[in-house]
Amino acid sequence: MPADGGIGASNKRREDVRFLTGKGRYTDDINLLGQTYVHFLRSDVAHGVLKSVDVAEAASMPGVVKIFTGEDFAEVGGVPCGWQVTDRFGEVMQEPRHPVIAHGKVRHVGEIIAAVVAESHAEARDAAEAIEVDIEDLPAVVDMRAALAEGSTKVHDDLTSNLCYDWGFVEENKEAVNAAFEAAAHVTTLELVNNRLVANPMEPRVAIGDYAPGTGDSTLYTTSQNPHVIRLLMGAFVLGIPEHKLRVVAPDVGGGFGTKIFHYAEEAFCTFAAKAVERPVKWVSSRSEAFISDAHGRDHVTKIELALDAENNFTALRTDTMANMGAYLSTFAPSVPTWLHGTLMAGNYKTPLIYVNVKAVFTNTVPVDAYRGAGRPEATYQLERVIDKAARELGVDPIALRRQNFITEFPYATPVAVEYDTGDYVATMDKLEELADLSGFEARRAEAAARGKLRGLGVNCYIEACGIAPSNLVGQLGARAGLYESATVRVNATGGVVVMTGSHSHGQGHETSFPQVIADMIGIAPDMVEIVHGDTANTPMGMGTYGSRSIAVGGSAMVRAAEKIINKAKKIAAHLMEAAEADIELKDGAFSVAGTDKSVAWGDVTLAAYVPHNYPLEDIEPGLEETAFYDPANFTYPSGAYACEVELDPETGHFTVEAFCAADDFGNIINPMIVDGQVHGGIAQGVGQSMLENCVYDSEGQLMSGSYMDYAMPRATDVPFFNVDHSCQTPCTHNPLGVKGCGEAGAIGSPPALVNAVVDALQRGGHDITHIDMPLSPSRVWQAMQG
Amino acid sequence: MHNFDFVKPGSVAEAAEALKAEDAMALGGGQTLIPTMKARLNAPSALVSLSGMAEMVGVSGSDPVVIGGATTHGQVAAEAGYPALAALAGQIGDPAVRSRGTIGGSLANNDPAACYPAAALASGAVIKTDRREIVADDFFVGMFETALEEGEIITSVSFPVPAKANYQKFLQPASRFALVGVFVAQFDSGVRVAVTGASEEGVHRWSAAEEALSANFSAEALEGLSVASDGLMSDLHGSAEYRAHLVKVMTGRAVRAAG
Repeated sequence: MPADGGIGASNKRREDVRFLTGKGRYTDDINLLGQTYVHFLRSDVAHGVLKSVDVAEAASMPGVVKIFTGEDFAEVGGVPCGWQVTDRFGEVMQEPRHPVIAHGKVRHVGEIIAAVVAESHAEARDAAEAIEVDIEDLPAVVDMRAALAEGSTKVHDDLTSNLCYDWGFVEENKEAVNAAFEAAAHVTTLELVNNRLVANPMEPRVAIGDYAPGTGDSTLYTTSQNPHVIRLLMGAFVLGIPEHKLRVVAPDVGGGFGTKIFHYAEEAFCTFAAKAVERPVKWVSSRSEAFISDAHGRDHVTKIELALDAENNFTALRTDTMANMGAYLSTFAPSVPTWLHGTLMAGNYKTPLIYVNVKAVFTNTVPVDAYRGAGRPEATYQLERVIDKAARELGVDPIALRRQNFITEFPYATPVAVEYDTGDYVATMDKLEELADLSGFEARRAEAAARGKLRGLGVNCYIEACGIAPSNLVGQLGARAGLYESATVRVNATGGVVVMTGSHSHGQGHETSFPQVIADMIGIAPDMVEIVHGDTANTPMGMGTYGSRSIAVGGSAMVRAAEKIINKAKKIAAHLMEAAEADIELKDGAFSVAGTDKSVAWGDVTLAAYVPHNYPLEDIEPGLEETAFYDPANFTYPSGAYACEVELDPETGHFTVEAFCAADDFGNIINPMIVDGQVHGGIAQGVGQSMLENCVYDSEGQLMSGSYMDYAMPRATDVPFFNVDHSCQTPCTHNPLGVKGCGEAGAIGSPPALVNAVVDALQRGGHDITHIDMPLSPSRVWQAMQG
Repeated sequence: MHNFDFVKPGSVAEAAEALKAEDAMALGGGQTLIPTMKARLNAPSALVSLSGMAEMVGVSGSDPVVIGGATTHGQVAAEAGYPALAALAGQIGDPAVRSRGTIGGSLANNDPAACYPAAALASGAVIKTDRREIVADDFFVGMFETALEEGEIITSVSFPVPAKANYQKFLQPASRFALVGVFVAQFDSGVRVAVTGASEEGVHRWSAAEEALSANFSAEALEGLSVASDGLMSDLHGSAEYRAHLVKVMTGRAVRAAG
């Protein structure tokens, strides 16, 4: 570990002191003078005509300040979608209006029908119960296949059908792909479901709207991963508030996992209502509300086919996916099954021909959007499962089949429009074989068999695209935003540094890792650097945190701003030492003149910048503060190989995860401990998806798994001690830190390893089982074993 | 949660009096009642706390083991001289639940997936109330239904201690209640087997297994038996057929573990 606590040091997370001692300041810790409370009356039916909402009695109840219904928002903008996908026929997707409060129809259980603002939450809730709602039930559209069938009930009457888009990628390759399948020596086909998930961050969503009548300024405090994006979407598209009159603050946020990226109706409501009642309006989601109002994740139904030649080389890949959008298009929903999924379909393999078809479908369910990994786990899961199945059909070793087809030369342009800059898939697989002690597996299996247990081993690879993304590229793909990141580096007179970043930290540890970079560049202690984030009033316009982009894009912006600082500081140092600027070197927190013993300390230069008595005022301005916006040249491409071992009880179908190993290539690493933690958390989430979590609706559109009584979150006892390694490093070639991103890898790489392991255990136990859909609950495993 | 009055009586007699108020409800550890009140599924006018009475708390005796109705799961796990019962109590919920939840509350609620009803029924426990004694075979009437009358308070539960006993719980993955739980107790007079988590009627005895195990207390004695799936619960976490299968598997394991 570097002794200076800079890049590469496992500095302990400074933010954890406040988080673990109860001194964090979350949105719900904020209480404003004169604050009111809103309770949302939510639909308990999935689909119906909203015939009337009678608030007369409720409005006269104690404590009620004002009740809002869909009528109050009829002239207000709808909740916008941030990405427009163009289908394979060149038509843009169908995009329904998403009202802040339901108007005319309700389209999912949990949709807001009315909002009661009152002096206390209890009074608001009491009054909400007194609202009389008349809904004429309509048949609920739940199953995607049925939703696409001719004559299906429509979720949106003004759209032509429940099909949002029919996307083909790469459409021009379709015929060539089909021809390759005709010519294939072997074709492996797998139909699978990528199960719907509820994100369940530890902190439920909270929003507080505030309005200052004196200035006309609005402020929204919210649990967001990207306050500037919320300010832009809500201000420009929903409420018509210019950005200079709107401040969005996302203070400490207790986990996001994607579901706090999106702009939600509740945020717009609180901001709107605060102005209407001229008092702050606060909403705190209950866990029950979170289940029916936070955007869900995944929910793909896929058929994937892999074509191989007689030498077992992959010759083509063809996939057919239905992706559930839910009732409305959440902020980034259309991009997830398309550009974040189709472009990753090559995986780690040199398959020359790929065609991906995705049909996005409206149903009477909660909107579905990005969830840790977003599209990439769905791509990885189907690809790594079909490869495993192919290996078993062909009677070859699954690892050998993968190795044979690895991409080995970089940069590599895939047939799905992305170019991997660096990677070394052989190295990560070698490392994995060592970590997982694969040679010892047979002995472990035999020992388990002696105890009546079936032991299985599952291995897979993954590739992901992080550091989203080059703005000009995503603009062509339909993004309605740029995806750069920003940083302002402010050096104070006494030498301390404040970095105001557009990235947002909600568990990632930016307050620890970002200072390590600045400390390294200047040669000062990390504790001289403070990170400010989460407030549009004191950070430059940033796009926020998701897609494992913070260090790759936000960190790069910080580096660019710090470089400007250092360049200016060198000019000041040159003046102070009466030397040529070109001769000035910065090392260990001091500027020196090359070849001499002349030196001035960092603090002397920063003081001169703010007390410019002896200063080159004719050449440069006083002060030491610089801003940079960084727009990446490409995505980054972390990759890795994962192994899972399970032990299965053939009597009950119950299995335990005995070992999980991860060999990741994240490029350069800033803080190895934080990276370990990110991978641990990601694998735990992947284990959650693959063996426990399942968001299930019944045919009426009622959420069956709407609480922790039925929605199984992973617990500490469900996972083993992880064995993770990130010593294989092929640095990113196009960002200044050579970093790739590590936040989602665990969640992307782990589900196929676990499912492959269970299938392996069952096959070794003599069961002819080639696939079980996630989550692999004991009941499902047992059912599969019954044949 | 709606507003309610809170009463903390110092004696069972006072508690019984307080429970006569309209819509008053007894509060044990609150591990079921409080969440339902938060969800506004229950709105009692008053909560009568049963946790303030020394006479209703504690574990005493060696055979039978007598447990006060307001004794927490944690205390039973730590103190009951009936190993299978103590082990069962130590597996209920999590440490927070075990520190608050009480045996009287659990039995009175009779959740079809709760653990305690299986122990009480298999042990042939006697449930003592402020009015009478009820044997376990008469106490559990159906899912969330018991023989308790309005306002009747479980003051203690008396467990005969079997020669051998064991409880095997197969966890429902989300709630960690019993997807199927089986308590096997071998007495000189015969074997009793009680099953929780499986039936639409709540906890029940598996008489065929009792007969076979009374003749031969070994897992092999169960080999020829099968459990019908009729009347068993079917949900997200397991079909009736799966539960039927698990009843037999868990019974066998309980017999083996009992030794």
